[in-house]
Amino acid sequence: MSTLKYKVAAGPEGYLPPAAASCGIVLPEKGEALIEGAIVPEEEAMLEIVKKLQNASNPVFFPGPLLLWDWKEGVREKAKEVKEFADLMDARIIPMPDYRPKYPMINPEIEINPNHPNLTIWHNQIDVCVFIGVHCHYANVALKIVRGGTDCYTIALCAEMGHEDAMISLRDVGLQKIKALKEIAVKLKKGGQG
Amino acid sequence: MIKQQEVTPDILFSSEEKQDMFITGSEAVKEAVKRANVDIAISYPITPQSESMHLVGDLYAQGYIDEYLRGENELAVMSEVAGASMGGVRVFTATGGPGTLRAFEMFSTWSGARLPIVCAFLTRGLNSPLTIQPDNLEMAHVLDTGMLMLHAENAQDLYDMLLRAFIVAEMPDVHIPIGVFADGFFVTHTRDKIQVDSEDIKLPKYNPYNSPVPAIDMENVPVRLMRDPFVMKSNFISYAAHASWQQEVLAAVERSRRYLNKYLGGLTEVTHEGAEIMVLASGTAVSQSREAIEQARNEGIDAGLIKLKCLRPFPVEEINNALKTAKAVVIPEFNRVGWLFREVKAALQKEIHVIGAPRVFGGMTMPVELILDEIRRCHNV
Repeated sequence: MSTLKYKVAAGPEGYLPPAAASCGIVLPEKGEALIEGAIVPEEEAMLEIVKKLQNASNPVFFPGPLLLWDWKEGVREKAKEVKEFADLMDARIIPMPDYRPKYPMINPEIEINPNHPNLTIWHNQIDVCVFIGVHCHYANVALKIVRGGTDCYTIALCAEMGHEDAMISLRDVGLQKIKALKEIAVKLKKGGQG
Repeated sequence: MIKQQEVTPDILFSSEEKQDMFITGSEAVKEAVKRANVDIAISYPITPQSESMHLVGDLYAQGYIDEYLRGENELAVMSEVAGASMGGVRVFTATGGPGTLRAFEMFSTWSGARLPIVCAFLTRGLNSPLTIQPDNLEMAHVLDTGMLMLHAENAQDLYDMLLRAFIVAEMPDVHIPIGVFADGFFVTHTRDKIQVDSEDIKLPKYNPYNSPVPAIDMENVPVRLMRDPFVMKSNFISYAAHASWQQEVLAAVERSRRYLNKYLGGLTEVTHEGAEIMVLASGTAVSQSREAIEQARNEGIDAGLIKLKCLRPFPVEEINNALKTAKAVVIPEFNRVGWLFREVKAALQKEIHVIGAPRVFGGMTMPVELILDEIRRCHNV
């Protein structure tokens, strides 16, 4: 493991970049978040997420199965909030409905697959994206491939502990945090400071 | 069966209500599994082996485990264990020696599929002529499977490590298999005084819905028996996906450090920090090393001990810190290849005299004098 501080910046980083966790990046504790590999207070990351989305030319949300399927209490409400947040940010939604490799290939216009995420990003010229509701293993695999091969800025809104390979990562994201992000977005749109 | 109450891991691990027992390592396995809220245990009770899985079978008969079955061989057992874990239940098994190698294909499959299986490896000799005696050569083979690896010094370690292994392995950001290794016969077949937790408490149930991969059930469509088989497609992007997948398993190993530090009190344990000559050991070699160091110190030699509790992730930083001022390190091992010596050599960040000796194998015991001789030789250089 390198002792130099590794920065999780937008790519393309190279042929086969390492996983950020193997370069000394650690996941945040409760109340904290990650911005480009550095631990920051959660509020700072939330403000940065909204700014990144607001300034993007083609922001896209990638909702995964944990948000797309009504599999437990509260998911429907959370999905509704996420949709409203995406609308507020003028972001498109391209779903990640499942994790199967698609043969002969996926249609990058309408879906994203964790094993070929760069195809969707290249095809749609996405400059900022948000992963939400994707099982952590698949999110990590996809985020690393995106960072390796594209210049897309990645944001992960994770219901568990977060993702080192996203440029901005929030943890424990439930209904209340999506609402808080919406509130920040509304304030910024009105010219406030979040 | 005693009625058990589920408590949080922190409560169970910090419980002061302990009971003394004079038991074998195999019985310590049973005591740990009894408190681990295991859903299913699967065994191939090869004879001769340790009696661990027989005793776990007794737990099933008593009602502590929901399901228990025997596979037709070790590969079958480890495959069935994978299926159970993919189904989202807490599963336990044990193996050792030739059984480990017969099952070997599955260990990388477990980690690649992100299955938090806990397996006790009660090590014994591998090669012909057949031996049932202690030798931990099989650990060299497991080092690069993507599993977490703990190495118990004695029955107390085995009990403590097994219980904690379930919780570390099941963390959503870790979620990979964990092997708890103990040197067979020395630990499994001999009695030791250990402290166990109250019988009426147990770990909370495993929650598969926090898993980083979907559990197989009818609520998670589409049901998939395999994690995505990239082998079916030959192009750069499939290769890159597979490579990233492997990197993610390594990342999960790295993430386990914070939990292992919390629940094991560190990946290493250092005695006489800053000593001129350090002995670095894992498993039962630690006990002999401890005795050798005390004798060396009585002779006026400045010797210390680094006990490795964890081999994956490998405690690179901890070892380098512990050897900062040492002029030599002695590494005794119960195998002929010296896998721990190789690991340490690769991890060292400064020039230091590394002695890959003594090594005993094939069931031989390790007299304290052999370690003491190496310490004396280093001292006299």
